[in-house]
Amino acid sequence: MNAPFQPDLKSRQRLVIDLLKPILDEGALLWEPEDTIPYECDGLAAYRKVPLAVALPKTEAQVVAILKICHAHQIPVVPRGAGTGLSGGAMPITDGLVLSLAKFKQIIEINPIARTAIVQPGVRNLAISEAVAQYGLYYAPDPSSQIACTIGGNVSENSGGVHCLKYGLTIHNVLRIRAILINGDIVEFGGLAPDAPGLDLFSVFIGSEGMLAVVTEVTVKLVPKPQLARVIMASFDDIQKGGNAVAAIIGAGIIPAGLEMMDQPATRAVEEFVHAGYDTDAATILLCESDGTPEEVAEEIGKMSAVLQASGATRLQVSESESQRLQFWSGRKNAFPAAGRVSADYYCMDGTIPRRQIAELLTRIKKMEEKYQLACMNVFHAGDGNMHPLILFNGSDHAQWLRAEEFGSDILETCVALGGTITGEHGVGIEKINSMCVQFTELERNLFWGIKAAFDPLKLLNSDKAIPTLHRCAEYGRVHISNGILPHPELERF
Amino acid sequence: MQNVIRQFQEQILETIERHETLNISGSGSKHWYGDAPSGTRLDTTPYSGILDYQPEELVITVRAGTQLAEVEAALAQKNQYFAFEPPHFGPLATVGGMIGAGLAGPGRGQYGGMRDFVLGVKLIDGLGNILSFGGKVMKNVAGYDVSRLLPGSLGTLALLLDVSIKVLPLPAKTMTLKFQMPQGDAITQMNTWASQPLPLSASAWLEDTLWIRLSGASAAVDTAMLTMGQQFSAEIMEPSQASQFWQSIREQQHAFFNANELPLWRFSVNPLSLPLPFEEHQAMEWYGGVRWVKADISPEQARGIALENGGHATYFRGPKSDLHTVFTPLSHNPLTAPLEIVQQQVRKAFDPHGVFQTGRMPY
Repeated sequence: MNAPFQPDLKSRQRLVIDLLKPILDEGALLWEPEDTIPYECDGLAAYRKVPLAVALPKTEAQVVAILKICHAHQIPVVPRGAGTGLSGGAMPITDGLVLSLAKFKQIIEINPIARTAIVQPGVRNLAISEAVAQYGLYYAPDPSSQIACTIGGNVSENSGGVHCLKYGLTIHNVLRIRAILINGDIVEFGGLAPDAPGLDLFSVFIGSEGMLAVVTEVTVKLVPKPQLARVIMASFDDIQKGGNAVAAIIGAGIIPAGLEMMDQPATRAVEEFVHAGYDTDAATILLCESDGTPEEVAEEIGKMSAVLQASGATRLQVSESESQRLQFWSGRKNAFPAAGRVSADYYCMDGTIPRRQIAELLTRIKKMEEKYQLACMNVFHAGDGNMHPLILFNGSDHAQWLRAEEFGSDILETCVALGGTITGEHGVGIEKINSMCVQFTELERNLFWGIKAAFDPLKLLNSDKAIPTLHRCAEYGRVHISNGILPHPELERF
Repeated sequence: MQNVIRQFQEQILETIERHETLNISGSGSKHWYGDAPSGTRLDTTPYSGILDYQPEELVITVRAGTQLAEVEAALAQKNQYFAFEPPHFGPLATVGGMIGAGLAGPGRGQYGGMRDFVLGVKLIDGLGNILSFGGKVMKNVAGYDVSRLLPGSLGTLALLLDVSIKVLPLPAKTMTLKFQMPQGDAITQMNTWASQPLPLSASAWLEDTLWIRLSGASAAVDTAMLTMGQQFSAEIMEPSQASQFWQSIREQQHAFFNANELPLWRFSVNPLSLPLPFEEHQAMEWYGGVRWVKADISPEQARGIALENGGHATYFRGPKSDLHTVFTPLSHNPLTAPLEIVQQQVRKAFDPHGVFQTGRMPY
């Protein structure tokens, strides 16, 4: 933080209240601990901090005024949507403000012919699809949290979902973003036109984890709802065969609407919970969906079945009705709650690897289970190589949590070593910030900071997230000395 | 290739010493695009070759100096392609030029633009450092999405070394329908179709004719042809003729683009905009999102009309004048004006000495 000498937090809090209270509605500024504690974390409850205050503006003019004040007084700001994020991206800063967009809930305009909807950032992902269903349209990215998560958060994380193999991520389904820079300037990224002049700042903005500007309006692209969808459930007696089947489907020129994989520990936990009809004897199962016109789906299901059979599937079952399709999916969609039933706590990872490495990574995770003495169940978006290993642990045993954290870092570093990345869709946030030191060199991280400074020179917007400082990486390196070589030997140590 | 990279780095450092600029160029097939660049040519063509291509990963990684035709041939062998159908504008066009120009062809309307398919890059920044961003996987949110800044940056940010691009399987069946339709009706009709579950893959309108391309599973294409043919009388094009037509739009070899000596303006606008108020003939692509106009109009007029229609105008091809820039500057729109300084600072983060600041796009 560039802020000069900080007086104690109490007087800093007084200042924030005095500055912001006059511009906000009654009850839209919270500072008493009982009001601010609910904001101390997001979906990643292991990391918590209580902010100085929480502001809940309801107009864009109020957002502008808040940011101008914070800019003038160098008050750190953490923008927040529904707080469903899994990487601690919305965790507050102790001497800062949480800027909640929860009151921005309006769907401003739906244009069925243009296939667009203009929505405020606090609109829930699923609410968009529900509002446009009457026109035979929907908003394609469907993160598992879509009932609760908001579009503003989706933009900040570049969220994916089960159907993004075929329909793309948030970046492919958003056209225009209206946002406020930290100095209060109102700007627009992208537009209704197919492209915008200048550098493609829209692309950098999507997935920037609330570090570059605050979103006040999003124009999303809508797509026609397919007439029909059917899903194949395929069992494999061997993880390697299941992994190869994924590659074989894509290699056969098929892009399934969804292609998901679950290992045996996951199917067993889920089956007990929702009775989705999963084959719990299988080492792994694949869910492979086709959508389109009835003729198209029939043609594609035929092709997919043939490939799966040739890849050694021991059992194939095709959904015969919409209710059966939803039943097959119910297990996958409830995998996280199911993990919550078999274990006191679970730690969800989000690495992505090339598809051909799926079996290799699963084998290595098996070995790590022994090393860290913790169980792990695996559900993942196999079609795009995005893995969600769920490490099971008991949070009341601190030693277990520390082992779970180590286990998680080990998985992520293995993903990088296998040619992948530490996060596919959950974001870096605070959770994976140390792993960024492994995935990127110091020069690369410097460029990230250069981009950050271009938007927010004083580093006030969510600056302790996503991009680690040189010192943080040096500290992390100190703990993880590999082969006796100290990283960043040029830095002074304490 | 390590030698070539070292030479690039040396050339960058020497140019910094001399306080000059480097004009990054492959075959020069798109040298006419953008404002006239200054600087010494940095030739990317010695850095060529396909690095990694595994069809089941739907990703190809290539060196910037590789010829686009060679890459597309390798993809075609495995029944895959670049769905954004980049224009070559010359037989020797390179992948680096494709990324730098950031242009896309007929598939853009349905499948997305160049930047939507870029997954990762390796580059040399303006200090001669080698940096990598993104990767070879479809989903990657680690750090800012720096890779997607490269498309359309016209060599003004960094020297691209390698790029990983998402590819798609070739559709099982493709058919093209032709409808006689005035421009206003065509705008409404193609967008109406696009809002229905039909396997559209491209649209174009010129000379009072709407061309719709359908691609996908053969059953889906057949059903759609039937549905659309029942609504309007349609001519089903012979496939080889149809593919020639789309090629002529992609490469701008169609008579429309070469009919006279007038400059070619590109209007990128809200697709549902009414026909733009020009006497001259217009052509449309991408459901009406791009309007091509061959006319002698002033940049002020062109930019004003584009802004009213939710977009921007580019003086795409024609004699260059020193009086104005080819692209619409960010300052022209009050909602992008504050981003002008942001853009300058982003550029400086890549290239603090300005070694790539050739003036080819306005900053």
